[in-house]
Amino acid sequence: MMGMIDTLAAILVTVVTAATPLVFAATGELVNEKAGVLNLGVEGMMLVGAVSGFAAAIATGNPVIAIFVAMLAGALMAFLFGVLTLSLMANQVATGLALTMFGVGLSALIGQDYVGTPIKGLAKLSIPVLTDLPLIGPVIFGQDFLVYLSLVLVAAVAWFLKSTRAGLILRATGESHDAAHALGYSVIGIRYLAVMFGGAMSGLAGAYLSLAYTPMWAENMSAGRGWIALALVVFATWKPGRVLVGAYLFGGVTILQLHAQGAGFAVPSQALSMLPYLATIVVLVAISRDSTRIRLNAPACIGKVFHPET
Amino acid sequence: MELEVARSDAAEPVVPRLELRGIDKSFPGCKANDGVDLSILPGEIHALLGENGAGKSTLVKIIYGILHADAGTIAWEGQKTHIAGPSFARNLGIGMVFQHFSLFEALTVAENIALGVEGDHDMSRLEARIEEVSAAYGLPLDPRRHVHSLSVGERQRIEIVRCLLQDPRLLIMDEPTSVLTPQEVDTLFGTLRRLSSEGCSILYISHKLDEIKQLCDTATVLRGGKFVGACDPKEESPQSMARMMIGDDVKEPKPQGDAQVGEVVLSVADLSLQSQDPFGTDLKAVTFNVHAGEIFGIAGIAGNGQNELLAALSGEQLVPDGAAVVIGGQPSGRLGPRRRRSLGLSFVPEERHGHGAVPALRLTENAFLSGHLREKLVRWGLIDFPKTAEYAQKICESFDVRTSGINAEASSLSGGNLQKFIIGREILQRPNLMIAAQPTWGVDAGAAASIHQALIDLAASGAAVLVVSQELDELFAISDRIAVMSSGHLSAARPTAATTLEEIGLLMGGDGGAAGERMINVA
Repeated sequence: MMGMIDTLAAILVTVVTAATPLVFAATGELVNEKAGVLNLGVEGMMLVGAVSGFAAAIATGNPVIAIFVAMLAGALMAFLFGVLTLSLMANQVATGLALTMFGVGLSALIGQDYVGTPIKGLAKLSIPVLTDLPLIGPVIFGQDFLVYLSLVLVAAVAWFLKSTRAGLILRATGESHDAAHALGYSVIGIRYLAVMFGGAMSGLAGAYLSLAYTPMWAENMSAGRGWIALALVVFATWKPGRVLVGAYLFGGVTILQLHAQGAGFAVPSQALSMLPYLATIVVLVAISRDSTRIRLNAPACIGKVFHPET
Repeated sequence: MELEVARSDAAEPVVPRLELRGIDKSFPGCKANDGVDLSILPGEIHALLGENGAGKSTLVKIIYGILHADAGTIAWEGQKTHIAGPSFARNLGIGMVFQHFSLFEALTVAENIALGVEGDHDMSRLEARIEEVSAAYGLPLDPRRHVHSLSVGERQRIEIVRCLLQDPRLLIMDEPTSVLTPQEVDTLFGTLRRLSSEGCSILYISHKLDEIKQLCDTATVLRGGKFVGACDPKEESPQSMARMMIGDDVKEPKPQGDAQVGEVVLSVADLSLQSQDPFGTDLKAVTFNVHAGEIFGIAGIAGNGQNELLAALSGEQLVPDGAAVVIGGQPSGRLGPRRRRSLGLSFVPEERHGHGAVPALRLTENAFLSGHLREKLVRWGLIDFPKTAEYAQKICESFDVRTSGINAEASSLSGGNLQKFIIGREILQRPNLMIAAQPTWGVDAGAAASIHQALIDLAASGAAVLVVSQELDELFAISDRIAVMSSGHLSAARPTAATTLEEIGLLMGGDGGAAGERMINVA
């Protein structure tokens, strides 16, 4: 009996850790899309964040510094994207795709010497008594601090967008950049901030992969999670709470199929590996079928280049 | 000129609230403002007159700080100033109601207003103030509604209330009445007169000369970016002001006299259709006939089902009941746009760039896209270029399209010229049925007159013409019968000669036959 509960707890803990990078990346992308910018470079920014965080962790041994370095690296990548799309008015879709390819290559280059180097993963929270409770102990009181941070982030972003004046201005910029400009708001400036926030969150998501989820560096280790994060934002109809649900769904199926593979089901492992991606998309498509809701929440100016009048 | 007199006569010289001297502003390829002077006194309602492209909008954007002048000075209440941006202008006390509303559809009324108001950021306090101001000025507004669910008149109220919350000392109104019913215009004028009596100056931009005569104390006229004169609208006639604006007399379209009405060409029977647009309006049992030789006008404020009706008529949205739309005796509801065109339909959509014409393609290519079937511009499956060029050339010549040549990109033409091209392209295909949406929207007076004449001539030649427009003046000038769309209903058609602007205006506001049903729908 105790053994089963422990196994279940272990599964649930891993579900949470599998979901957390998606929560970070998708929440960041949500903010940056709400400001009207579509950055398809999430995957690339995650990888660069992952490798920079990993390198910083090896160099300093300090996980907090490593995480900041990863966020900074993601924000720098996003800044590059901002210069191209906001200042030089390049096409956002093409630039975002290029950013992903650039990130894949750059991270592989930086990470050459780190492949196969082991590090100690991020420490898990340990509160006497509470963490020792069966099942809920490890799941609720036994995670690393980034998991709690990701939950705080979702709540904070939801509150920021809904209730603060700055959040209102950000939404307005994504809704109609011309009207926001006519009212005297700096569309380009707001978008730079939003894009760099998105980049920092992608970098953080990458760091979570290389420091906590699987404490190591491997080329292309984000394995398409950046794309899932992008899909999550759209299917969650730009609502932070739904992004959280979608991310945990993805995490849940990821872990379940791993256990299914372990149990030796007579299904090709490739098909099982596909499951989390398929399940997330199917469920979220079903949720987002309501076109009214999409139109109400989708930023009307997403992906459009803003040409200020001079 | 009036102002000079007023100032020198007064014992104490009145300091103008805003004074512009020698404002220059150039864009690549055009000089939008060239040495413009403008002086607005406290409490004055000052008209800014001019055709499209005369530089009115540019001047106003300079005053509001969206654009910066290349040369010239701006003085606010006697003090020279540089208006750095819109929030600086708002701090001076300048408020602006935009022509194309600067509203955010997915946000609430209060959120929209919060974005344009400095200071107080507490939402519930702001909502209370909105209710207070809107009640005080007779501009009913619910701060918690989302903008996309509001009518155009209500949207304009948001902009006005937003300005009023700032206690403006100069209110700029850019073409405020082009989207309002005659009754809403009266209400608006009442509000503006009250503001003016409280000492607020108003800069009123419009090309509707009778309104300016009714409302304004002074007028400044621009033509081609230059100041051409000032006048007292009360002393002038609309004709004399038009002459100042255009530098020439406007040709009034000649009505065709007694319409020779033939058989029914377009018959719409009991057409009910759910809108594909979640913010759209469903059509409810729309019924009307258009006869050969007549111009049938459909009036109504935008968003009352006109887009849905036009999509159902052009074939962009198919109608499940094929017999609900009959073109030339043939049930066409389930036919696509191409099949309907082969029945003799021509369609001129409201949106010129991207719907009526492909902006990035040349005029010849745009001519080909619509005319290749009826003008037989295809040979052996390939484009017959000489014949297409000849066709495009003929359009430009017959309809006075001013362009650098038939190989110019559609996007390089001004709105009026492109519209003349699109209408000409369709008319040269000799349609039996012409459907035109807002044919003169954003087109200057000269081009509008020639488009109206072209439609009248087309009807006189025996085609049935359907015009959907928000401009009542236009419908009264050219149509033989008028019906009104309101909340997806179409009123019964009445002969233009037997109705009045007031009657149509009431129907547009939903006070006619459809209003009763609408109340039931709401309940």
